Amino acid sequence: MNEFEPKIVAFVCNWCTYAGADLTGTSRIKYATNVKIVRFPCTGRIDFMLLLKAFSEGADGIIISGCHPNDCHYTSGNFHARRRWVMFRSLLDFMGIDVRRIQFSWVSAAEGAKWAEIVNSTVETVRELGPYSDYQKVADFLKTEVENG
Amino acid sequence: MDNVKKRAAELLKSEAVKVVIGYTMGTNGKPRAAFIQNAEDVDSLIFNAQCVQNLAVYLSKAEIKQLGKPAIVAPLNVLRAIIQLASEMQIQENELIVLGVSPDGELIDFQNFSAIEKYLEDFNMEVDAKEKETLEKISSMSLEERWKFWNEELAECFKCYACRAACPMCYCHKCAVEQNKPQWIPVAAHRLGNLEWHIMRAMHLAGRCVNCDACHEACPKGINLNFLTKLMLNDAQEEFGYTGVTLKEGNLLSTFKTNDQENFIQ
Ligand code: SF4
Ligand code: SF4
Repeated sequence: MNEFEPKIVAFVCNWCTYAGADLTGTSRIKYATNVKIVRFPCTGRIDFMLLLKAFSEGADGIIISGCHPNDCHYTSGNFHARRRWVMFRSLLDFMGIDVRRIQFSWVSAAEGAKWAEIVNSTVETVRELGPYSDYQKVADFLKTEVENG
Repeated sequence: MDNVKKRAAELLKSEAVKVVIGYTMGTNGKPRAAFIQNAEDVDSLIFNAQCVQNLAVYLSKAEIKQLGKPAIVAPLNVLRAIIQLASEMQIQENELIVLGVSPDGELIDFQNFSAIEKYLEDFNMEVDAKEKETLEKISSMSLEERWKFWNEELAECFKCYACRAACPMCYCHKCAVEQNKPQWIPVAAHRLGNLEWHIMRAMHLAGRCVNCDACHEACPKGINLNFLTKLMLNDAQEEFGYTGVTLKEGNLLSTFKTNDQENFIQ
């Protein structure tokens, strides 16, 4: 019973992926329960600092998902987000942060089945990688410091 | 440098400007910034290869602004920062006079910002070959090695923010690092605080950094934090065909192309 259950935080946009995840439910598709969804107006609003927060608060993996290119409710939020992710992902990788733990995807409001697949495959990937203890140790360092005065 | 001094004196005498921002000799034979307000003092202006501080940083400081219209001694790095600041609507052509200086200290006249932009086209803002080698060396380490490398490199940082103060592109009145509602980044200079501070700094400068190394020069711990911004610059060039500062285009991360490429979004 000690098997490691990954904690995954998903940052999704309101208009596509959140609605898509709703469809997964109404279609009664079963998928891994490891994911906690945080809803945003748009992928363009998903500040990279939120991802770091998730890791430092104990997430083992992260999903970021929004409308497909050209489908953004605000017309261009996802295009902006895409550029930011290209840069951010490269920076994290360069600094030795495990980008295999971050899954980016486009999931539309009609893609309930795709959402289930994304979650399931991310959970499997992260399960294999194990807990993100590297980052958590750094974050715990903070707590130990505080506790020890 | 004589022409620069002469022009500076003329500008001050005719009251075309109130202050000339330039370099002068500081202590221990190291140049420092000078704010010259009297024409008689222009002789103290110097220029040499050690003038590495990016003077453009002063253009957005309230204390300098209140002195009145400035002229600024501007080698390549300062020129780049001026154009970047202009493209971000932080300065306007009529607000300052630019005294361009060539690497050997000769005055270069610029009629306007477009002339500076044109001049800059001849100088590639690329990360140089040796630095590229360093970037590649780090990139070719294993994930664990990179993690260890940066944890060790950043361990010395004690969050004095001299790197930020020296950076011409860090002009925000309130930096995200000081925000505490919510607190994005732990204040203390421990491993998490340092790691996240440097990630944030690099991201906020991605596509804006003018690769002047003023941040690294300013760091009392000699941290190679500029290699994070150099990586961002390199990526910007490789991924998005970024060619350097221009007046026209918006910043790398405030613009996009509908056909921007990536290979990791499912
Ligand atoms: S100047 Fe150096 S020590 Fe100070 S905050 Fe920047 S990196 Fe850290
Ligand atoms: S980040 Fe460093 S190299 Fe880039 S503009 Fe600022 S001071 Fe210059």
